[in-house]
Amino acid sequence: MTNWGFHIAKSRIIDMDTADLGVYRKVAAKVPSAKLCLMCGACTASCTARNHTPFNLRKNHLLFRHGQFKGLAKEFDKCMLCGKCRLVCPRGVNTRALIYNMRMALDNLNYTRIKK
Amino acid sequence: MTKTYWKTYQSAVADNHYYYERSCIRQSFFPGSENIFLKITRELLNKDIIDDKHLHTCTGIGYYSGVVPIETTMTVVARLFALMTEAGYKNFVPSCVTSFGLLNEMVDMWQHFPEKLNQTKKFLKDATGRTFEMPDNIAHPSDIIYKNREILKAKMKYQLVNCKTNEPLQVVDHVGCHYSKIFPKIVEGGAEFPQVLSGMIKSWGGRNVDYPERRHCCGFGFRQYLVMANRGYSVANTKKKFESMKPYKPDFILANCPGCAMFMDRWQYTIAEMEDITYDDDKRGIPVLTYEELVGLLLGYNPWDLGLQVHQVQVEPLLEKIGIPFDSSDKYRGKNNEVIGSPNKPLNLRVK
Repeated sequence: MTNWGFHIAKSRIIDMDTADLGVYRKVAAKVPSAKLCLMCGACTASCTARNHTPFNLRKNHLLFRHGQFKGLAKEFDKCMLCGKCRLVCPRGVNTRALIYNMRMALDNLNYTRIKK
Repeated sequence: MTKTYWKTYQSAVADNHYYYERSCIRQSFFPGSENIFLKITRELLNKDIIDDKHLHTCTGIGYYSGVVPIETTMTVVARLFALMTEAGYKNFVPSCVTSFGLLNEMVDMWQHFPEKLNQTKKFLKDATGRTFEMPDNIAHPSDIIYKNREILKAKMKYQLVNCKTNEPLQVVDHVGCHYSKIFPKIVEGGAEFPQVLSGMIKSWGGRNVDYPERRHCCGFGFRQYLVMANRGYSVANTKKKFESMKPYKPDFILANCPGCAMFMDRWQYTIAEMEDITYDDDKRGIPVLTYEELVGLLLGYNPWDLGLQVHQVQVEPLLEKIGIPFDSSDKYRGKNNEVIGSPNKPLNLRVK
């Protein structure tokens, strides 16, 4: 097998014909403060789960907002719902409730979660 | 009423007496292209064009990769113009699209910042003892071929038509970014609708493929390719173009930039080897030609004299479609008829 030293980067284009943005709207209706998020990443920087896993709330929140759900259910299961991110959020987003509701929304969409 | 600006954009091409600057990469990757252009320009178009042996790099690749300082680039470009001045010419014809963009950029810079021109004159004088004059005209060789396309058509043996079905060939034109996107106003049709290659294709019997990513970068991107860690972005760009053109089943790709031709040809091999994906129905890939090679083929020159054997995607199926005869046993014969050896076969891309 040839070692090329690089891989073909995956396209980051979002196909708006297949991305379901309605799921985020439903979550935001339950957690209105979610709309205040400016994607600063303070939540990720303070995250305990982040210290031990590649979990990244800022990134996963953005992917969820864009309707890119693949692999997100397993990601959100890494969160222990400790709520530390909520304490550092400069915009007062209820991040704990946001993660919980995103998790539930993905459950309803039958996305695979980590087997417990 | 809305004005269509791109229709007002025109190329200014001098009629005769050209000073030709060879390209660093075109003569490496497409070894027959520049010679055939010079031959056609001299013998069929009866133009005066000089191929100066004293020429050197324009620094374009280093400059656009961010490793050559602008003052160095200006001085090197000034030396190129000095050589042109010494040879007694005023119409500069750079073979490479990167050089074309760079030279126009430097001239534009000097017009806007005369102090930079004075500084460059001083640097050139101090370093080489030379002086220079600005060219009256900078034109790309593809402009010269485009301008004379009907004259050449009258001398052509073949057309861009499938000899079995009599249908026009489906041709993808890919115009180099540094040809039309830096200064769109000096290119016929501007950046949106550059006519240079599509005009040749139309005139010589082919049909242009208008696919969604037609104006997308070929993937070279200079730094994106040259830094290995970024190379995945380079090939991803090219892949996006191929995926976009695939449904139109193009017979071949035509490029006026040596970098574009090189990357669209070689990346097909890379994508095939990495992901086992090809963009035709036969796993052979889509042939990529430079405009010089295409003109040479249609005029009836031997494909192997044009250097088509060094392409990664093999051109034999295309030659058969057009009806151009070729001798496979001559494919890997060198200048003195000795066998120069054939390359190893790729794993996934069919070459025979």
